[in-house]
Amino acid sequence: MQKANNLKEYKRELGEALDNDFLRKAMDKFAVAYRSARINAFKGHEEEVLIHEVVRVKDAGIDNMMALYEEFKTRAQAAGVHVHLARTAHEANELIANIARKNACKKIIKSKSMTAEETLLNHHLEPEFEVTETDLGEWIIQLRHEGPTHMVMPAIHLSRHQVADLFADVTAREQKPDIQRLVKVARRELRAKFTQADMGISGANVAIAKTGTLGIVTNEGNARLVTTLPRVHVALVGLDKLCASLQDALTILRVLPRNATGQAITSYVTWITGANQCLARGTEKNKKEMHIVFLDNGRTQLARDPLFKQVLRCVRCGACANVCPVYRMVGGHQMGHVYIGAIGLILTYFFHGRDKAKNLVQNCINCEACKHVCAAGIDLPRLIKEIHTRIQDEEGHPLTSVLLGKVLKNRKLFHTLLRTAKAAQRPITGGTRYLSHLPQIFARDQDFRALPAIAKKPFRDMWKDVRPPKPAHPKFKVALFSGCVQDFVYPEQLEAGIKVLAHHGVDLDFPMGQTCCGLPVQMMGEKQAARDVALQNVTAIDPADYDYILTLCASCASHLKNNYPFLVGDEPIVGVKVQQFSDKVMSFSSFVNDILQVTREEFNPSGRTATFHSPCHLCRGMGVVHAPHELIEKSGYRFVRADEEQVCCGFGGTYTSKFPQVSQQILNNKLDDVEKTGAELLLTECPGCVLQLRGGMETRGSRVQVLHIAEALARAKK
Amino acid sequence: MSEVIQEFRTKAEAVSAIVSSVPSLDQALAYTVDLCARKKACQMLVSGCQEDLSQKAEDLCGLRKWGRIIAAPGLARDDLDRLVPMAREQGISVIRRDMRKHLEGVDIGLTICEYGIAETGTLILDSSSEELRLGTMISEIHVAVIPASRIKGRAEEITNDLETLMENNPNYLAFITGASRTADIERVLALGVHGPLELHILILEDR
Repeated sequence: MQKANNLKEYKRELGEALDNDFLRKAMDKFAVAYRSARINAFKGHEEEVLIHEVVRVKDAGIDNMMALYEEFKTRAQAAGVHVHLARTAHEANELIANIARKNACKKIIKSKSMTAEETLLNHHLEPEFEVTETDLGEWIIQLRHEGPTHMVMPAIHLSRHQVADLFADVTAREQKPDIQRLVKVARRELRAKFTQADMGISGANVAIAKTGTLGIVTNEGNARLVTTLPRVHVALVGLDKLCASLQDALTILRVLPRNATGQAITSYVTWITGANQCLARGTEKNKKEMHIVFLDNGRTQLARDPLFKQVLRCVRCGACANVCPVYRMVGGHQMGHVYIGAIGLILTYFFHGRDKAKNLVQNCINCEACKHVCAAGIDLPRLIKEIHTRIQDEEGHPLTSVLLGKVLKNRKLFHTLLRTAKAAQRPITGGTRYLSHLPQIFARDQDFRALPAIAKKPFRDMWKDVRPPKPAHPKFKVALFSGCVQDFVYPEQLEAGIKVLAHHGVDLDFPMGQTCCGLPVQMMGEKQAARDVALQNVTAIDPADYDYILTLCASCASHLKNNYPFLVGDEPIVGVKVQQFSDKVMSFSSFVNDILQVTREEFNPSGRTATFHSPCHLCRGMGVVHAPHELIEKSGYRFVRADEEQVCCGFGGTYTSKFPQVSQQILNNKLDDVEKTGAELLLTECPGCVLQLRGGMETRGSRVQVLHIAEALARAKK
Repeated sequence: MSEVIQEFRTKAEAVSAIVSSVPSLDQALAYTVDLCARKKACQMLVSGCQEDLSQKAEDLCGLRKWGRIIAAPGLARDDLDRLVPMAREQGISVIRRDMRKHLEGVDIGLTICEYGIAETGTLILDSSSEELRLGTMISEIHVAVIPASRIKGRAEEITNDLETLMENNPNYLAFITGASRTADIERVLALGVHGPLELHILILEDR
């Protein structure tokens, strides 16, 4: 739950989470185990096809939401169920309380429902009724008066010792921290609750309109008892759970458990149609008193929003948290409010308001790992940025991001400032390539890794000297897009790139009108500034003039390729060009490996071992995985793959300056993983990653040398 | 053994189900009685009563007064007539109703399932009868008999049949895959959190 009033308080909470050693260790183990479990679970299946099917089913559900609701209602009513529609969370809670009152229920047992968490149902019921969660994890956090830290594993932040202490309180006896025994204690304690309850509350994972059936997915089987033993059953179901048929429900079921926990299916899937037999005392004709409360709470409005309707596809598998590098460091209480993970950052805004969402939404490092595991193909990072922008539009933009936006919009001013910064840093670099004393702007919490100095001469000033001669028979006309970091901090990476391209018939151009790609301002929620620089770049580099737009920065490449069409696609003239522009954007390693098809003969093998850090925006943003590996081998290095090659390095552009503590911890994990390979060289393909990784290795005093892959190739080139 | 049945077996075993083949229902009944006779008096007692429980949970333990029990709520009359004497010989009682009087637990719940799904090792059990639903939840061991001819490759092959069951209102249908499980404490797997501690599947060779 979010209690922080401002970013400062939120950062303090992040700091506390980072200091929680158990949490960090637990999250780490989980992240690693989940990765392999998921791969196993999808073995023999075409993951993309399955996810695409879920998208189809969920989109149909969203587009026909109210028609499906009516159909469901008709079917369910015919089978003896009372069907209700609650417009708001409060209305749902009150409806449920009234059902309990009307049926003279006192003791309520619940099976896990994120929708009930969303409406804070327990808070509403607890003053009047005895409410007991029966899912083990939910029971534990209920006893601790906490919210879930994960949608599927709500108590993942706790140790067996904490659970033993808790159970000792419950039983008034000492408890040993032995998990198998603790589970049995819960079994017995909760069985007593089951026998006494007069009302059961469940959620549902799917609601099938054709048959009026609820589908509930559990491993423990508690939902079967909750829906069987008490004489009254109330199910609270979001309207987004509606689908047309059992076939549709099975399509979702094919992905949900695989993506959530790496299981092919959960132990129990319960399909309830109508008011079933119930032999409890006080029932009428041995029939269950059954109510289904459908919850709107903004869903019908979301369903009409062309961009945000996709959030209703979410099947609550929690995978977006499982792969999130930030979640891995700080856990769910800091990476969500009620809903956690990437989807939580978005849903919090819609279900729990701007105040709860405003700090959270800034805590996305934009690595896109969530987008690539989402069971329902939701473009999570993009929506998070959209929410960020919306909140800033509503609340006013912070001065720093407005300033950065203003500066970036004016290329000449921006470049002048960078040149001035170079002059100002002279006294503090002490002649090295690192800033030895941080200037004030970076001072706070940035000393966990050495920061590079701004280059003596930016690439744009070197261009006339390093420009390769035009080939006699050009095979490819290529525009080089440098991005700011390579232009002003690491021009040598571009020089190295030029050397690698030599003798391959590349007619290379560096259009001077280009400026920052705009990703940093987009990350800060400055959408207008991001649009402005996108327009400048598409104008500066006319796609009609080139076969490829080449960039050695994966983040720039991915932003130019994937975000530009969204940003300026609706502009009258540029809009047409931007798609051509994006189509031509290519990352360095795929261009060199797949298009130029360089060969081993061009290189002198050094035999040194090299590992690769795959930038988020290369492996996920550009879909490039194998080209760098092949290039490393072709150029005569011995390639060793790191276990976490595709995990974020913690840089994330402006993220690292906003959340330095988290960034530092992600970096530490990364460096450990790299050092584990024993490689002498760490190669990557993004200047931002180089900055983070090289600075981190430098501060560690590590012997691992960090290079841009272009530099490694240039060094090996004959 | 057909490929589908082999796959069913492999997948069910992968989620810790204990799978055997039986040539006849009588063999399945004998298996169940034998399992019950060999079973510790009460797993719930063993796994529960030795734990330090609150007084209320302690009070629930009524097993001492019942002795060993097989609950066979879904069994046909003549099958039951053959089961009862076999069980009695071992001092085991067989019940078909009043599960609510045994919420503290019974030793074995015996059911005959509608379908098996090879892809995931899943059993499909029409649990519309409350007695049957409870019988499979309060038992410490669930013994499920599945005719080999009812094992399908994927659930999608029988969507129509399942929908027909659902349309036969009201209906309570269960997909059961392995025993009741949790990993809610430190992600450590523990079986038998609310439902059975063990699932035994008997494939009835009917073809």
